[in-house]
Amino acid sequence: MNDVSTWAILLWVVLPYAALAIFIVGHIWRWKYDQFGWTSRSTQLQERKMLKWGAPLFHYATFAAIGGHVLGILIPARWVSGIGISEHFYHWFAAIAGNIAAVLVIIGVVVLAARRMFVARVRSATTGVDYLALILLLIIILTGIVPTVVNLFDAYDYRQTVSLWFRGLFSLNPDVSVMTTAPFIYQLHAASAWLIWAVWPFTRLVHAWSYPLWYLWRPYVVFRSRRAKAPSEPGTGGRKWRRIGVPY
Amino acid sequence: MRVMANVSMVMNIDKCIGCHTCTVTCKQTWTNRPGTEYVYFNNVETKPGIGYPKRYEDQEQWHGGWTLDKKGRLQLKAGGRLRKLLSIFYNPDLPTIDDYGDPWTYDYQSVLNAPLGTPNPSAHSISALTGKDMTVQWGSNFEDDLAGAPETALGDPNLKGLEEQVRMEFENVFMFYLPRICEHCLNPSCVASCPSGAMYKREEDGIVLVDQDKCRGWRFCVSGCPYKKVYFNHRTGKAEKCTFCFPRIESGQPTICAETCVGRLRYLGLFLYDADKVLDAAATPDEKDLYQAQLDVFLDPNDPEVEAAAIRDGIPYDWIQAARRSPVYDLAVRHKVALPLHPEYRTLPMVWYVPPLSPVADIVHAQGYDHSDPDRVFATIDSLRIPIDYLANLFTAGDTDLIRSVLRKLTAVRATQRAKQLGLPVDDGLAASVGSTPEDLEDLYRLLAIGKYSDRYVIPPAHAEEAGRLMGQHEQLFCSLDYDGGPGMGGGGPAGPHGISSFQPTGTASAASTFRSNDGHDHFNLLGSTGEAFTAGHTHTHAHQNGAESAVPFWRRKKTPGLAAEAGSA
Ligand code: HEM
Ligand code: SF4
Ligand code: SF4
Ligand code: SF4
Repeated sequence: MNDVSTWAILLWVVLPYAALAIFIVGHIWRWKYDQFGWTSRSTQLQERKMLKWGAPLFHYATFAAIGGHVLGILIPARWVSGIGISEHFYHWFAAIAGNIAAVLVIIGVVVLAARRMFVARVRSATTGVDYLALILLLIIILTGIVPTVVNLFDAYDYRQTVSLWFRGLFSLNPDVSVMTTAPFIYQLHAASAWLIWAVWPFTRLVHAWSYPLWYLWRPYVVFRSRRAKAPSEPGTGGRKWRRIGVPY
Repeated sequence: MRVMANVSMVMNIDKCIGCHTCTVTCKQTWTNRPGTEYVYFNNVETKPGIGYPKRYEDQEQWHGGWTLDKKGRLQLKAGGRLRKLLSIFYNPDLPTIDDYGDPWTYDYQSVLNAPLGTPNPSAHSISALTGKDMTVQWGSNFEDDLAGAPETALGDPNLKGLEEQVRMEFENVFMFYLPRICEHCLNPSCVASCPSGAMYKREEDGIVLVDQDKCRGWRFCVSGCPYKKVYFNHRTGKAEKCTFCFPRIESGQPTICAETCVGRLRYLGLFLYDADKVLDAAATPDEKDLYQAQLDVFLDPNDPEVEAAAIRDGIPYDWIQAARRSPVYDLAVRHKVALPLHPEYRTLPMVWYVPPLSPVADIVHAQGYDHSDPDRVFATIDSLRIPIDYLANLFTAGDTDLIRSVLRKLTAVRATQRAKQLGLPVDDGLAASVGSTPEDLEDLYRLLAIGKYSDRYVIPPAHAEEAGRLMGQHEQLFCSLDYDGGPGMGGGGPAGPHGISSFQPTGTASAASTFRSNDGHDHFNLLGSTGEAFTAGHTHTHAHQNGAESAVPFWRRKKTPGLAAEAGSA
C-alpha cells in the first residue's frame, strides 16, 4: 500500500465509507426529526410546461441509468458470461441502452436545471442544497455519459477496474490502485457519486425513498381514529421536525 | 348497519351578503403564513362566475372527484392507481398558481420613505412568490358582484347549455353569493387520491385532514378534490386544507367561519350515517338520484334501532342526543330544503346549501309584482328557466323539479309569515301544497329566520376522557397552541423523560387541560379557557344537554304542552 498517496486513500477509501456513514446516519436523523421536511417539494404549482417534459424524462431515464449501474457494477463480469452473454454483445447492449438513457437523462436534467435557473418563480423556491444536489447530479450525469459514448470506440473495461474497486468496498478490501490509474473522468464520476450519497439525506432527494407503492393495494379512503401517541420530546413544541441548521 | 357520525354544515345562501368576513377570519386563523398566501380554506364566490381556482367546476378539464367506469363501478375521474403512480413526476391535472392568481403584496416601504412633497407616492404590487414587481392579473375575489362578468362569467361551467339565453336575457341577470369550504365528504376523493395515505377521515367526527408529517408532496389530493379545497403550500411543499376548525369543534364551539358569519347563515350539527351504504350510494347510476341516495345514507337518530346500533358502534350517548337536535339534519332531511353542492362529483359532500330564493324574488319584484304572493312566485319559478336550471346545475345534478320544490317551500314559509304579520288569512292548503304541515313551516321559519346561536350550532364536545388521545392529532398540524406547556399541551405537564421541564409562557398558567363548565360537564380545554370566559351562547349549547326537556330546540318547543306553558309564563 506504500505506493498509494494519502489523497488516494482519502478519495477512494475514506470518502466512500464516510459518505456511506453520513448517508445512513443522516437518513435516520432526518427521518426521526424532519418528517415535516420529507417531501418532493414539488414546484408544479409555479410552472408546469417545462416540468411536463423535464420531470418524467429525467426520472424515467434516471431509473434506467440506475438499473444499468446495478447490472454493470454490482454484478460481476463472470456471472454475465456465465449465463452465456458474450463480451461483445454485453458491450454493445450497454452502449446502446446506456446512450439512449443518457440522451434522455441529459435532456431531462437540462430542462429541469434551466427551469430552476431561469424561471423566476421556481428559482425563488430553490434552496442552497437544491442547487448542490442538482450540480452534483449534473456532474455525475455528464461524467457518466462521456465514457459511455467513448466506450463505443475505445473499450476501457471498467468492469475489470472501477467495478473491482467498487465491489471491494463492500468486502472491506478496496483495491485503491485501480482507481488511481483509472481515467480522470471515471475518477470524477466516482467521487461525485459518493458525494451525492453524503448530501442525499439533507436534500429533497429523500423523496425517492417514499415511492408510495403501497397505494396500489391500500383501501381508497383512509380512516383514522384519534390515536394515543407517545409524548413529544421537550423543546420541540410537539413537532417532529427541525429545520436543518437552525439551533433548537 | 355501521353507524358513524359526521359534523356538517348547512349554509342558507339567501342570507349571504358577500362580505367575506368568513374568508378573512378563517385566513387570519389558519393561513396567514408564508406559502399559503393564495390559500383560502373559506372563500366566497359570486355566481354566476368561474370561481376559484378558475373553472374548478369543470371536471372534464380538471378531472376531480369520482366517475363510473363502463361497468358502473366507482373510479377516480383522474384514472386508476397505477396511472397515478406512473404520472407522479408530473401531475397532468394540477392547476398552476395562475389559475388561482399570483399572490401579491405591496411595496409599502416606497410610500413610507417617499421624500416629503412627492405627489401621490404609490406602492408597487410585488409577487409573494418571487418578491419581484408584478402586474396583478387575478385573485380570489376578482369576480365580486359580477365584476368583469360580461367577459368571464359566461365561462361558468354551471351555465352549460344556458349561455345563449343568458346573453339574450341580460336584463334578467341574476346574482348570488356562494360561500365555500371543504365539504368533509363521506367519500372523499382527495383522500382516495393521496398515494402516501397522508390524508384521512376521522372516525369520530368525519373531519378530513392532511397529516403534515406523512404528506410527501405528490400533490394528487389537490387535483383529486373536485371542489379544489386542498391547496399546496409552496413553501413547505405539503398540502393543506380546511380543518373544519377541529380544535374548536372538539371543544363544542362552532368553526371560525360560522362563528363570525355576519349573515348568521351557517348551521352546524351532526349527521349519523350508515358507513356500509356509502360506496353503493356514491355509485348510484343516475346522477340525479345521488341526492336521494345520500339522504338514504343518513340515519334517523330518533329511530330506536339506530340508537342501539350507534351505541354498539361506540357513538357516545351525548352525541346521539346532539344528533337528534341537529339543525343540519332538520334542514336537510326533515324539511328537505338543504341540498348538496354538486352531488354529481360523487364524493357525498357534507356541507349543504339552502338554495337562494332571491334571484327569483328579485325578478318577480322587478316585474312589479309582490314577491311574497305565492301564486305569482310559483308561476315565476315555473317560467324562469335560467335561475332554475342554473341552481339545478349547482345543487341537484340538473334536476329542476327538486329545485322547484325547495323554492316553493321557501316561498310558502314567506307567504305564511307575511300573512300572519299582516293579519291576513293564512291559506290552509298552502303547507300541504308544498308537502309540509303548518307546524313544520313554522319550525322552518324559526330555524331559518330566527336561528339563535344555540340552535344554529349543536356541537357535542369531544370527550374529556379522550384528552390524552387527542393530543396525538394536534401535534400533526403545526398549531400555534401546542407549544410545550401551551393550552394545547395541557398546561405545565410533567417533565419529560429527560427531566427537562417545559417552557411555560406567562399568562396561560391558569389554563388546565380540562375544565368543568357551568353545565357540570368536563370539557377538553384547547383554547386556554378557564371556563368562566364562556359566553352566554356557549352555555346555551351545553345547557341543552342537561335535562330532557331542554333537549328540545326552541323551534320545536311549541309542540310540547309543558314547554309551551313555560314559554307562556315567561
Ligand atoms: C423513486 C421514486 C421517485 C419519485 C416518485 C419521484 C418523484 C418526484 C416528484 C413528484 C418531484 C417533484 C416534481 C415537481 O416539481 O412537481 C421530483 C423532483 C425531483 N426528483 Fe424525484 N422522484 C423519485 C426518484 C428520484 C431519484 C432517484 C432522483 C435522483 C437521483 C430524483 C431526483 C429529483 C430531482 C433532482 C427533483 C427536482 C427537480 C426539479 O428541479 O424541479 N428523484 N421527484
Ligand atoms: S371537499 Fe374536502 S373532503 Fe371533499 S374531496 Fe375536497 S378536500 Fe376532500
Ligand atoms: S371550518 Fe375553519 S378552517 Fe374550515 S373554512 Fe371554516 S374557518 Fe376555515
Ligand atoms: S361572513 Fe357570512 S354573510 Fe359574510 S360572506 Fe361569509 S357566509 Fe356570507
